[in-house]
Amino acid sequence: MKTQNESHSLMAIPDDVPNPSRRHFFQLSAGLAGVGVLIGACHKSSSNNGVNLGSGDIGVLNYAYALEQLEAAFYTRVIASQYSGITADEVALLTDIRDHEVAHREFFKAALGTSAIQALSVNFSSIDFSNRAAVLGAAKTFEDLGVSAYNGAGRLITSAEYLLVAGKIVSVEARHAAYIRDLIGYNSFADNSAMGSNGLDLESSPNTVLAAASAYLNTKLDASNLPNN
Amino acid sequence: MDIKFILDEIEKADPEVYEKLSPRRDILKSFGSKVAVAAIPIAFGSLFTKAYGKTTSTVIDALNFALELEYLEYNFYYSCTNSAILSALIPTIDKAAFSTILANELAHVNFLRNAIHNAGSTPYTPTHYSGDPVTGSPIVPAAYDFTAGGAFPVYSDYATFLTVSQAFEDTGVRAYKGQAGNLQSDHNILTAALQIHSVEARHAAHIRLIRRKAGAADAPKPWITGNTAPAAAVQANYNGENNTMQLTVNITSLPAVTGTVSSIAATESFDEPLDSATVAGLVAPFLLP
Repeated sequence: MKTQNESHSLMAIPDDVPNPSRRHFFQLSAGLAGVGVLIGACHKSSSNNGVNLGSGDIGVLNYAYALEQLEAAFYTRVIASQYSGITADEVALLTDIRDHEVAHREFFKAALGTSAIQALSVNFSSIDFSNRAAVLGAAKTFEDLGVSAYNGAGRLITSAEYLLVAGKIVSVEARHAAYIRDLIGYNSFADNSAMGSNGLDLESSPNTVLAAASAYLNTKLDASNLPNN
Repeated sequence: MDIKFILDEIEKADPEVYEKLSPRRDILKSFGSKVAVAAIPIAFGSLFTKAYGKTTSTVIDALNFALELEYLEYNFYYSCTNSAILSALIPTIDKAAFSTILANELAHVNFLRNAIHNAGSTPYTPTHYSGDPVTGSPIVPAAYDFTAGGAFPVYSDYATFLTVSQAFEDTGVRAYKGQAGNLQSDHNILTAALQIHSVEARHAAHIRLIRRKAGAADAPKPWITGNTAPAAAVQANYNGENNTMQLTVNITSLPAVTGTVSSIAATESFDEPLDSATVAGLVAPFLLP
């Protein structure tokens, strides 16, 4: 599938240029059964360096969109193949989280419109979805990472409106993080492993977050045009 | 125009002037050399808007407002968990949670005090407070009535204590969210405020989980469903949480795993802000004159 070339400068890769990463992407798609989950295969602005998130506020929103795609795909899998010993309350609340992450993903996709990056190919081959500790451990990683990502990205956003909407989402991610932590070790919702001793939650730069997220992504992301301050 | 002279004069009144202008220190250095003379007054003016216009009014006001709420929360948890009657009613397993929350709130008070002090202003202090605004003990029993005139028996009823805890935490999340735009001019302060904001959300989620496990009538989830409140008396703290429009997107029109996003999921997946005037009105019943 091919979409029209984007008009803004960050999407400047012409569609007629041979594109190794796209070829790689499709090869991966073909070989993914049983390895990862293919969310979609809509090509948009990729290069040797991977899918370019873009610059400015659009770039930051695409960065958030990428993380929400990862989280939504993870919880979709969690609910589709539930770990042994899962309780009814865990099914109910983990399904809620899945639905929240899907709503976040679809929100960013709709808000970004033609500036949205493609659907990403995820790889959860390192996670044993039948094992409670493995699933919740991965969930904790994703949620704490998501919170630190939004906390670190706020300063990169220029528009007050976009900053507010990011704020509306990050506190929900923090609620998820607290719940997952409580499932793993009750009362660990905000302990010293979640944050520093100064009572401040974690914050991370896009490069740090994407380095951690890359372990679960077949699609390579290029954050080189994101704001940096 | 002798910029150095002007800055030195300002420094006599405000010793931290160079500190406040520090993000633009490179520009300051260049005033004497490469910057066109005609451009100096404009650049200089914007520097001061940035360093003083924002820092001394909008940003400091937002930080003081946050500090006021952190004082309230810290004193609430301190006085309740140190009440002999309530303390005996708190299950052992929950004592660790309130110890974590109390420590976080104290850290927030101290962080904000220092941030305001370092920006050259005097931090907010509650009524009846007589200590040092930066280093004094933040425990001020005379400033608060956490029963709100007897409406909330927080010292003698654990369920009520949890209800008020949840309302304070959820409202704290809304209050910080409402201030984000006021902090945008100072990236480091904004980041720190976001780091506090998500901690308040973690607190809120845990208190909601305690209430869920205890079988509270509103069956709370760690996240806020619609505008459901833990008690009618704190309904105003939750009004507006049932919003389903984000930017220009109607969340309930978006695709879900099956069909479209439910209105329940649409409201749960986004927390809503409150402005400072609304929050002030919500906490007013807990403040003593």
